[in-house]
Amino acid sequence: MLVPGAEVPHLCVQCEDYPCVKSCTMDALSVSAKTGAVLVDEEKCIACGACIEACPGRVPHLHPVKKIVLICDLCDGKPECVKVCQEGNWDALQKITRSSWQIHKVHARKPEEITREIVSNLYGEAGEEYI
Amino acid sequence: MRGYAGKFLDIDLSREKITEITFDENILRSHVGGRGLAARILWDRLGENWEAVDPFAPENILTILTGPLTGFFPGGRVCVSGKSPQSNGMVGSTVGGEFGIDLKCAGYDGIIITGRASRPSYITIYENQVSVKDANHIWGKTGKHTLKVLTEEGRRELKANFPEYGELKEPSALYIGPAGENQTRVAAVMAKWTHGAGYGGYGGVMGSKNLKAVLAKGLGPLPEVQNIERLSELIKQADKECYRSHSFRRWGTGGGGYLFAAKSSSEPVRNWQDEWHDEKSYAVDKFEQRLWVKRYWADYGCPTSCLKLATPKTGEFKGAITDNPDYELQAFLGPNLGIFRPEDNVYLASLVDDLGLCGIQSGNALGFIGELYQRKIVNQDDLGGLQLEWGNTKAFAEMAKRIAKREGIGNLLAEGSYRAALELSKRKGTSLTSYAIHEKGMAIGAHGVRSGRDFTSTISYACNVQAGDHTSLASTPKEDENAELNDVLNDSGVLCNFNTFSVSTDLIWDFFEAVTGWETLRQEWYETSGLKILQLQRAMLLLGGPDLKWRAYLDDENPPRFYEPLPSGPYKNRAVKRGSFEEEKQEYYEAVGWDRNGLPKTETLRKLGLYDVEAKLKRAQII
Repeated sequence: MLVPGAEVPHLCVQCEDYPCVKSCTMDALSVSAKTGAVLVDEEKCIACGACIEACPGRVPHLHPVKKIVLICDLCDGKPECVKVCQEGNWDALQKITRSSWQIHKVHARKPEEITREIVSNLYGEAGEEYI
Repeated sequence: MRGYAGKFLDIDLSREKITEITFDENILRSHVGGRGLAARILWDRLGENWEAVDPFAPENILTILTGPLTGFFPGGRVCVSGKSPQSNGMVGSTVGGEFGIDLKCAGYDGIIITGRASRPSYITIYENQVSVKDANHIWGKTGKHTLKVLTEEGRRELKANFPEYGELKEPSALYIGPAGENQTRVAAVMAKWTHGAGYGGYGGVMGSKNLKAVLAKGLGPLPEVQNIERLSELIKQADKECYRSHSFRRWGTGGGGYLFAAKSSSEPVRNWQDEWHDEKSYAVDKFEQRLWVKRYWADYGCPTSCLKLATPKTGEFKGAITDNPDYELQAFLGPNLGIFRPEDNVYLASLVDDLGLCGIQSGNALGFIGELYQRKIVNQDDLGGLQLEWGNTKAFAEMAKRIAKREGIGNLLAEGSYRAALELSKRKGTSLTSYAIHEKGMAIGAHGVRSGRDFTSTISYACNVQAGDHTSLASTPKEDENAELNDVLNDSGVLCNFNTFSVSTDLIWDFFEAVTGWETLRQEWYETSGLKILQLQRAMLLLGGPDLKWRAYLDDENPPRFYEPLPSGPYKNRAVKRGSFEEEKQEYYEAVGWDRNGLPKTETLRKLGLYDVEAKLKRAQII
């Protein structure tokens, strides 16, 4: 939480053009034909962080112990995070399929950017000093 | 008769005479309500003399009608109609809000307004007390101010007249802003702060009648229905199905401003010079996170709640308030004017709401003049000192105000882009009509046909009885589905397009059966009654007049711009092809029973029993 009260979820949205996959020099990232999620080949990945830099939302992160990068694999098409969110009736997370009319990439944004906008929305001018 | 209150109000403003009338069950059954019934009323009362009736003259009729499903099917709407000052035909224009429900609870299915009041007036319908009141104190006032005053007055009167009911919810209102009062052809009939029945230009018609507003409050229940247990099951089912459309519930149509451009290349950009842009600054997340202060905002009884309340809390446009804006206003008051900043868009949308302008029609007129400025056909002097560069929000805002007040060149643009183009062509001595992107005098909805990726097709507007209306399109019936008659049904029902979008056609017909008890209504609709409404509307459109008349062989046509190839984007170089358009058009004509020139065939009219229409069209030498 960068500013109190403005908590934002920060998740992979499976951009249509997959900049992370394109940036990988080790050929460790691939796109699942079934779900559209990005899959990491743990043997090939050297945890260089190129995909993190390439991601418009800086979503991937390095494993705290192993030398690999972590990217959401959509739990093989049935994301657990969405499941618990829906079960709890928060309805904050939704799985958007490719066939829906959304463009995924516009939702790939850095938490700082999202927070800035939410804070100005929530607190108006008073919020600007926090940013 | 189930589902109908049974009575209609017939108000003659010239004589201040208020009467209650009824319609025969057969008439209601074969026209359902809303747009269908309006077509019948207008034809019966004005058809004989249609070409001579000036839409702004007292003879014109303004109808405000509900349908049998008003109040039962999720999402309340009401249909406004009359002779349109835009197409000179008849357009069924619907607007959301609780007005229809209040009217039905007061015991009326609709209002038919004729004549012209001698002074600014407004009508109140409080249960069975109907009166015409003086509106001098709100004449000339903007939308938000008008609504505030009327709500206060309404509440006061309700409290005085119905003390036994305690604190009542305020009456629902339909009203016009300055644009309607000044009889512009681009004015909407407004409801609440931000809803508008824009297509058709009935705000101007209401203004010509010196009618500022209509308020309604009903205290009774909705009319009796045939099968209440079945209906309550159906309502639950419809709600459940609407809840399932997650994207719609979360973003409404507010995601469109970026999507329809980037994905399907069908959004007007700089007066339709392009239909593609990739401005991520205009994507839905910017609206959602920066501007939406209330999501899941809806009118009574709506599960979809596609409205989102937007207001910039910082910056130069701080305090402007509107909903979403929805896709149409995002497009016409955004990319169409070269504007790609959500805050600017919210400001303009808020402004046109307040002025009582239709966002689509005025956005189109603004785009038209913007292009003339870009091409140096008009200069700063012509525009009263405004520099209408693309993206100059403040200049476009000022121009919108001048349109509403009919000041300077705004007086021309208030006639809509096509009529303005005709006049400007005379003044400049060169034809400018190709810059007016219109269909039979009416701006086209923000769903272009060039890329072929949107839900529209090349004949959608060209052959449409509602001219440029994107919510009801011309389409050739398929074996198992008649999309056009379904659209007519939505406007006649009167149903919300977004809620019907989420449920199946079967469910909608189940609603009709449970409410009205007419088991064969569905069959009748597709075989005769729906078609009858189409033919009636077509006849009125072809008769036209008095200022402009449309000839089917010439005017059933896309705007010239749609034949120019798209200059950029993934569908670059695509355009409407004349050959395939002609083929599609002939196929449609054949299916709806018109000849090769688009004129209703005698046998079609006779088969539907429209002998009076045949006689009139023959007398007018149209067929």
